[in-house]
Amino acid sequence: MTPATSATTSAMTVVCPLARIEVEGGVAALVDGDAVAVFRTFEDEVYALSNYDPFSKASVLSRGIVGTRTIDGVDVPFVASPMHKQAFDLRTGRCLDEEAVTVTTYDVHVVDGQVVVGRRRESGAG
Amino acid sequence: MSPHLRKQLVVVGHGMVGHRFVQAAIERGLTETYDIIVLGEEPRPAYDRVALTSYFEVGAEALSFLPDGVYEDPRVRLHLGAEAVGLDTEQQAILLADGETLRYDELVLATGAAPFVPPVPGNELGNVFVYRTIEDLEAIREASRGARAGAVIGGGLLGLEAANALHQLGVQTHVVEMAPRLMAVQVDDAGGATLQRHITDLGLTVHTGVVTEQITGTDTVTGLRFKGAEEPVDLDLVIFSAGIRPRDLLAREAGLEVAERGGVLVDEQCRSSSAHIWAIGECAAPGGRMYGLVAPGYAMAEVVVDTLLGGAAGSFTGADMSTKLKLLGVDVASFGDAFATTPDSLELVFSDAVAGVYKKLVVAENAAGGVELLGGILVGDASAYGVLRPMVGSGIALPDNPEELILPASRGGVEVGLPDDAQVCSCNNVTKAEIVAAVADDGSCDSPACVTKCTQAGATCGSCKTTVKKIVEDHFASVGKSVDRSLCSHFQVTRAELFEVIAIHGYTRFDDIIAAHGRGRGCDICKPAIASILASLLNHHVLDGANRTLQDTNDAYLANIQKNGTYSVVPRIPGGEVTPDKLIVIGEVARDFGLYTKITGGQRIDLFGARLEDLPVIWKRLVDAGFESGHAYGKSLRTVKSCVGSTWCRYGVQDSVGLAIELELRYRGLRSPHKLKGGVSGCARECAEARSKDFGVIATEKGWNLYVAGNGGATPAHAQLLAGDLDTPTLIRYLDRFLMYYIRTADRLQRTAPWVASLDGGLDRVREVVVDDVLGLGSELEEAMSKHVDSYFDEWKATVEDPAKLERFVSFVNAPGTPDPHISFRDERGQIAPAASEGPVTLVELGASIPVGSPR
Ligand SMILES: Cc1cc2nc3c(=O)[nH]c(=O)nc-3n(C[C@H](O)[C@H](O)[C@H](O)COP(=O)(O)OP(=O)(O)OC[C@H]3O[C@@H](n4cnc5c(N)ncnc54)[C@H](O)[C@@H]3O)c2cc1C
Ligand code: SF4
Repeated sequence: MTPATSATTSAMTVVCPLARIEVEGGVAALVDGDAVAVFRTFEDEVYALSNYDPFSKASVLSRGIVGTRTIDGVDVPFVASPMHKQAFDLRTGRCLDEEAVTVTTYDVHVVDGQVVVGRRRESGAG
Repeated sequence: MSPHLRKQLVVVGHGMVGHRFVQAAIERGLTETYDIIVLGEEPRPAYDRVALTSYFEVGAEALSFLPDGVYEDPRVRLHLGAEAVGLDTEQQAILLADGETLRYDELVLATGAAPFVPPVPGNELGNVFVYRTIEDLEAIREASRGARAGAVIGGGLLGLEAANALHQLGVQTHVVEMAPRLMAVQVDDAGGATLQRHITDLGLTVHTGVVTEQITGTDTVTGLRFKGAEEPVDLDLVIFSAGIRPRDLLAREAGLEVAERGGVLVDEQCRSSSAHIWAIGECAAPGGRMYGLVAPGYAMAEVVVDTLLGGAAGSFTGADMSTKLKLLGVDVASFGDAFATTPDSLELVFSDAVAGVYKKLVVAENAAGGVELLGGILVGDASAYGVLRPMVGSGIALPDNPEELILPASRGGVEVGLPDDAQVCSCNNVTKAEIVAAVADDGSCDSPACVTKCTQAGATCGSCKTTVKKIVEDHFASVGKSVDRSLCSHFQVTRAELFEVIAIHGYTRFDDIIAAHGRGRGCDICKPAIASILASLLNHHVLDGANRTLQDTNDAYLANIQKNGTYSVVPRIPGGEVTPDKLIVIGEVARDFGLYTKITGGQRIDLFGARLEDLPVIWKRLVDAGFESGHAYGKSLRTVKSCVGSTWCRYGVQDSVGLAIELELRYRGLRSPHKLKGGVSGCARECAEARSKDFGVIATEKGWNLYVAGNGGATPAHAQLLAGDLDTPTLIRYLDRFLMYYIRTADRLQRTAPWVASLDGGLDRVREVVVDDVLGLGSELEEAMSKHVDSYFDEWKATVEDPAKLERFVSFVNAPGTPDPHISFRDERGQIAPAASEGPVTLVELGASIPVGSPR
C-alpha cells in the first residue's frame, strides 16, 4: 500500500450487477487499487466518486444517504457524507456546502446490467 | 491602587434582593469604585425563594442563584453563615456574630422578612414550623414522614403554598384562616368561595372564620383547639403562615427610623434616616410601607445602584402588587384595583360554579368616554391574566364588549393591542417595547425562550410567558418572518405533523410519503426522520426493503461509525448486570478481533475498531452467547442505568437493578426523536444519577418517584418530578405514556428536556397529559407502547440470519476478501487506536479488478 499517485490506468472494471446497488444507495468498489463509491439514483442513473471523504479523511462516502437538493430550480443528486453530512454533487464531485472542495469522479456505465467503472476524470482534486 | 483608596460597601443579607443588588452592581460598574462584602446568614447562597415549594421536586441546586457560591467579579466577596448582630453608625461598622467587625463606607440592608408567629399557647412545641427557608422545608419533610395530619395556620397566599407542600408530602392537610375567606388580601368573597371549593375537592379541609386558641401537646403537637370548639382537631404538625414582619432589628437598635408597622423607613432612593445606610427588599419600608413581593425589592436594588453610581438616579415610588399563581393546581390572579375601591368603578363578573371559575373585572369610564380596566380577580382560569394586567394603567380603551375578555369562549383569544410601554413582566419590569427590541435588534435573538434569557421577561414567576410568546410571534408575523418550523426543504411540515400524517394514512414507504406530502427525493435530514417515525410506528427491521436507504450512518450498519470509518459494537447489558461468563465472552471477542475496549457511561462495554465486514461475525459470536443489540447506534433507548439497590446496599429501599432491567427490556429497540436514557436509584442518595436521564426513577419508602426530562450533554438539565410514590404498574403506565407522547410530538433530534421546555405549559402540560390524561390519550399511548413491546425482536440476530441483509457488510463489492487499505491502527496504552491518514490510500497490487475492453 502506498499513498495515491496519478496511477490512472486504461482499464474498465466490472464492479457488480446494477441490482446489487440499492435505489438511492451506494457500494464501495476497488478500481485499480482505488476505493470508489458507486451510487444509483431514483432514476436509475449511476455515478462514481472517490470513496474518500476529504473532510473526515476516512474512506466512507459510499455509506452516505443519497437525495436531491434544489439548486437554481434544478434537482441536483447528492450524497451526504456519513461522517459530518457535507453534501457532494454526484455528477461533478463538487461539495455543495463548501465550494472549494471537490472529490474525484469516475466514468461509469451500465453495460448489460453490469456496472462498469472507467477512468478517473481529471478535473477532481483527490 | 492601594486597598484603602477603594471604598468598601457591605451588604447585609444574601437573599433574592441582596443578590440582585450585587448583580446589578457588577453589571453597571459599581465594583469599579467599591469592594463589596456580602454577609449572608443562611448556610447557602441566595436562592429562588418564590419557587421554594418546588424544592422537594427540583432540589437545592436548581433553586440556587449562585451554585458555586462565588461571584465572577473578584471584587465581590460573599461570606455565608455570617450573621450581622450589631450596627455602629458612628464608627460605620458592622459587628458579626463571631465577634469580628467590618467597616463600611456604604451599607445596604437586605435582610428580608421573617414569618410572624402569633402568641398562641403551644407555639413553642416540637413540630411547629414556619415556611421561609430550605431548612424549614427540610424540617417539615422530616416531620411529615410519620405524620397523618397537619395544619397550616393562615389561608393567605403563602399559607396555601405551604398547604400545597404538605398535601404533596402525603399529609392530610387542614387550612385554618381567621378571616371569612381564603386569600383575603387578593380576592373577594365570591372568589374566595370558588377557591375554597377547589381546595376542598382535592381532599384538604378548610376552616375559615376560626380562631386558634391553643396548640395542644406536651413535647410535640397533638392537636389544635379552635375558639368555641369542644374537641381539638388531632394533628401531628403545624405550620405558621400568618404574615411576615420585616427584619429591621439591626436598624432599630442602632436608632434608625422605622415605619409604624415595621421596616426600615427609607425615602424614594431607599436612603435610611442615617447617612450611608440604605435598605432594600422586604426589610425596607419606602414611604412607610413594606412590600412582601420580590419585584418591588428588585426595583429598590436597582434604584440604590443607580444612586450610588451618581448618575441620573431613579426612584422607587410604589409597586404593582398584582399576583398570579397556581395554588394546588388552581389558577388564582388578582391585579390592580381588585376590590373596586376607585369611585364610580363598576364590576363585571362571570361565574361558573360547576366548572369552578370566577372572574371579575373592575372598570371605569375614562375622560375620553371609553371604558378603562382598573383591575380584576381571576380564579380557576387565569389564562387572560397576561393580556389583562398590562392593560391596567396603560390608558387603552377596552373593546366594546369588555365582558368578552373573561367569557370562556374567548380564552385569551381577544385581540388587544398593548401599547409599547405596557409593562408585560412585572417581576423584572420589562415592557412590550423592550421585548420587541430584543427580537428586532440583529436577529440573534429569535425565540420567546431567548427573549426570556435576554430581557429577563418571564424569568421570575413565569406568569407572563404566554404574553411574551404572543408578542414575539406577532412581531415576526408583522415583519413577514414566518418562524420556519418545516423539517427540511423537502417537507414543509414539522416532525410532529409528519408523524400524524404517516400514522393516519398508514404509510409504510418513504416513496409514498414524499410523493404525497413532499417534493424532490429527500435528504439526510428527512430520510432518517421518516425512518425513525416508521420504525416507531411499525417496529419493523430498519434494514428491511426500500426503507434501508433512509437510515442514518449508524443505523445503516447497526453500529456506531468512528473517525476512521470503522465501527464500535455495544451489546446490551440490561441495568448493567452481567454474569462473569458473558463478560468473558465479550473479552474473548474483543481479543480475537483486536478491538479496543472501553467501559461506557451507561454501564456497558464498547468494542471499537471493528471493520465493516467483521461486524456480522462479531455479532454472530455475541448473539450465540446470548447477547442482543444494545442499540447504541440508534436514536432509541440506550440504557437504563442502575445502582446496586436494596439487594446489596445497606441504604437501599427498593430493588433498583430489578426495575432497571425490567424497564430496559420493556423499552429496548424503541426508536425515538433522539436517544433516550433512563436510570433507577435504590434510595434518595441517587447513586445511579437517574436525574440526569430522560427518565429517572428514585426509590422511596412507599414506591417510586418518577422524574422526567433530564439530559446530560452540552446543556445539562436535571429531570423534574412528574409523580411520586408510585407502585410499579402505575410507574410503567406513566412512563409508557410519557415516552409515546414524546415520540409523537417532539421535533427531530430534540431531546426530552428541550421538548418539555417547548411545550406550552412545560412540565405541567406533560403532567396533565400523562398523569391526569386530560387529552384522553392515555390508553392510546399505552396501547402503542404495548404494541412495541409485543413486536420487539433483536435486529442483530435477525441480520446475521438473513443472507440478503449480510450482502451489504463487505469492504468492497467486487473484492470482498480485500480489507479496506485505508484503515490502519497504531498502539496506544497497549490497545489499538486509529492511525491518522492524509489523503486516500491506493492498493498497489491490483486485487480483484478485472480489465474489460479498451479505454475510450
Ligand atoms: C413560599 C414563598 C412563596 C413566595 N412566592 C412569591 C411570589 O409568588 N411572588 C413574589 O413576588 N414573592 C413571593 N414570595 C416573597 C419573596 O420570596 C420575597 O419577597 C423575597 O424573597 C424578598 O427578598 P429579600 O432579599 O428582601 O429577602 P430574603 O429573600 O428573605 O433574603 C434576606 C436574607 O437576609 C438574611 N439575613 C437576615 N438578617 C441577616 C443578618 N442580620 N445578617 C446576615 N444575613 C441576614 C436572611 O437569612 C436571608 O437569607 C414568596 C415567599 C415565600 C416564602
Ligand atoms: S442510591 Fe441508595 S440504594 Fe442505590 S447504591 Fe446509592 S445508597 Fe445504595
